[in-house]
Amino acid sequence: MAEPVQIRAVGLAGLLVQFADTMSEPANRAAIAFRAAVEAEDWPEVRETSTSLVSTFISVDLVTTAPEGITEKLNALLATQDWHSAPLPAGRTLWEIPTLYGTDAAPQLEEAAQAAGVSPETAIAELSSARVRVLTIGFAPGQPYTGELPPHWDIPRQQALTKSVPAGALVVAIRQLIIFTNASPTGWRHVGQTAFRTFRPKDDHPIALAPGDELRFASVTAAEYARIVERDTSGNGGAQRQVLA
Amino acid sequence: MSRTLEILSCGPAVTVQDMGRPGYLAQGLTRGGAADTLALHEGAALLGQPEQYAALEMVGMGGTFRAGADLRIALTGAPMTAMIDDAPVAWNASHPLPAGATLKIGGARSGTYGYLNVGGGIDTPEMMGARGAHLSAGLGAALTGGDALPIGPDKGSSTGMTLPADDRFVGGRIRITASMQTKHFDTETRERFGTTSFRRDARGNRMGVRMDHDGAPFVAEGQLTILSDVIVPGDIQIAGDGAPFVLMCECQTTGGYPRIGTVLPCDMARVAQAPAGAALSFEFVSLDEARTLEQRANAARAALGSNITALLRDPHSIRDLLSYQLISGVISATTNPFALEE
Repeated sequence: MAEPVQIRAVGLAGLLVQFADTMSEPANRAAIAFRAAVEAEDWPEVRETSTSLVSTFISVDLVTTAPEGITEKLNALLATQDWHSAPLPAGRTLWEIPTLYGTDAAPQLEEAAQAAGVSPETAIAELSSARVRVLTIGFAPGQPYTGELPPHWDIPRQQALTKSVPAGALVVAIRQLIIFTNASPTGWRHVGQTAFRTFRPKDDHPIALAPGDELRFASVTAAEYARIVERDTSGNGGAQRQVLA
Repeated sequence: MSRTLEILSCGPAVTVQDMGRPGYLAQGLTRGGAADTLALHEGAALLGQPEQYAALEMVGMGGTFRAGADLRIALTGAPMTAMIDDAPVAWNASHPLPAGATLKIGGARSGTYGYLNVGGGIDTPEMMGARGAHLSAGLGAALTGGDALPIGPDKGSSTGMTLPADDRFVGGRIRITASMQTKHFDTETRERFGTTSFRRDARGNRMGVRMDHDGAPFVAEGQLTILSDVIVPGDIQIAGDGAPFVLMCECQTTGGYPRIGTVLPCDMARVAQAPAGAALSFEFVSLDEARTLEQRANAARAALGSNITALLRDPHSIRDLLSYQLISGVISATTNPFALEE
């Protein structure tokens, strides 16, 4: 049974359509599909749209646009279908991203494995075979929140922050994996290192990933990883991509 | 000579800024742009050009600049000491900066963000559709001595114009309205937030400004289980220790800390400009009232051009000279009345 959908004002910056109070796969799909539907409507008062884990943000200047009118339009669009059973968007990409697990490059693999109740070897096997989906892009440009991992990876963030993980760090918490865009302090545990750049400001397409894309973080040896770093100039970090039908 | 503005030396946080980069929220990039966009509107009004033109944003202190061609400038935002070829010039005013002339901009006398607007605008290459540096995202960089900035063609010619001084540089009362998580804070906590006197913490930048207060922390119900959701500039996020942070133009796009309210866009410049230690308070207004206040601010901004008057005499520099006399007992036409830190 789907939760009731709520529309809230985000100050004067726009409206938020929330499909759930907690993370759920159908609500994430609903948010992505509803955003695409709003974009397709091409309403003149909508400046831009985005999605978070389970919500769609519709940027509208509520100073010049009365909230009632746009709320009515959103409610009418919401009523056209059951968004929680909406399909994933077409033309998604599957990325296979070479990842160096553990070692000095990603020193919290063992700690994360322990928190998840598995051996480091099992952790690498599970994380490198999991096919996760980009749930949302946020925090920093192009930074993907991906999931969901199996339930035993519902490990909390650390109480004390890691001072800094480098760009391309693969970190884990709450059944999700993130690739960091920029070096950043974080409460998530650093389990792998990639040479994948999520934000390439000088490229024609500066943001590599989109919500709905799927990722697999294939395990490579330290020597293979070093070769990738040496050769890669694209920012793909040796990643292979494939368009999903 | 080339149409450039050369930076001979400058403070550590001088960047090119404009109205920012909308359209990238879905990709994790906030708008960015000037911390005090009203100052860009003022600069544009003084120079008679579009407010979309890029200017230099100077945090706390300016620098020394040399004109590569005959230029026009307008100084807006946080008032800073300023001299052209060693002659003091008024803030909040437009001036000619002839080819070869040196402009020295010192420390802020009040406020935080000063702006050097140039006739024709700063014409650096666009990055993702705008020129403003977005340092937290890794777009652009702070400027340093030796940089030469290209200046666009200037269609205007008037200088020696001024706008009335504004009072947004000292903190004060900030109007806020409910945001999507305001209801997570109970009535008592919201009321206490509205009656608490805050001080701007020294920890503040283009991403966010921390507010200090005496007394109990502000806590939301279910604080730790609130799901990460969209953030917009102006949101007041309550961090883990119960202290509010006003999120500014370069904030992240999503966050999991609860937000007690959001600052009206028309009061964001006042938050940005408040210097460390300045007293601030927050007042909740309804969404209807917020719309009315904001419509009024939009109208005032559109009418800036009609408030411009000729700068017949320079009351600011005269006042300054008098104050230097009080301090030193001597007026010297050649002594630099301020010193730039290295």
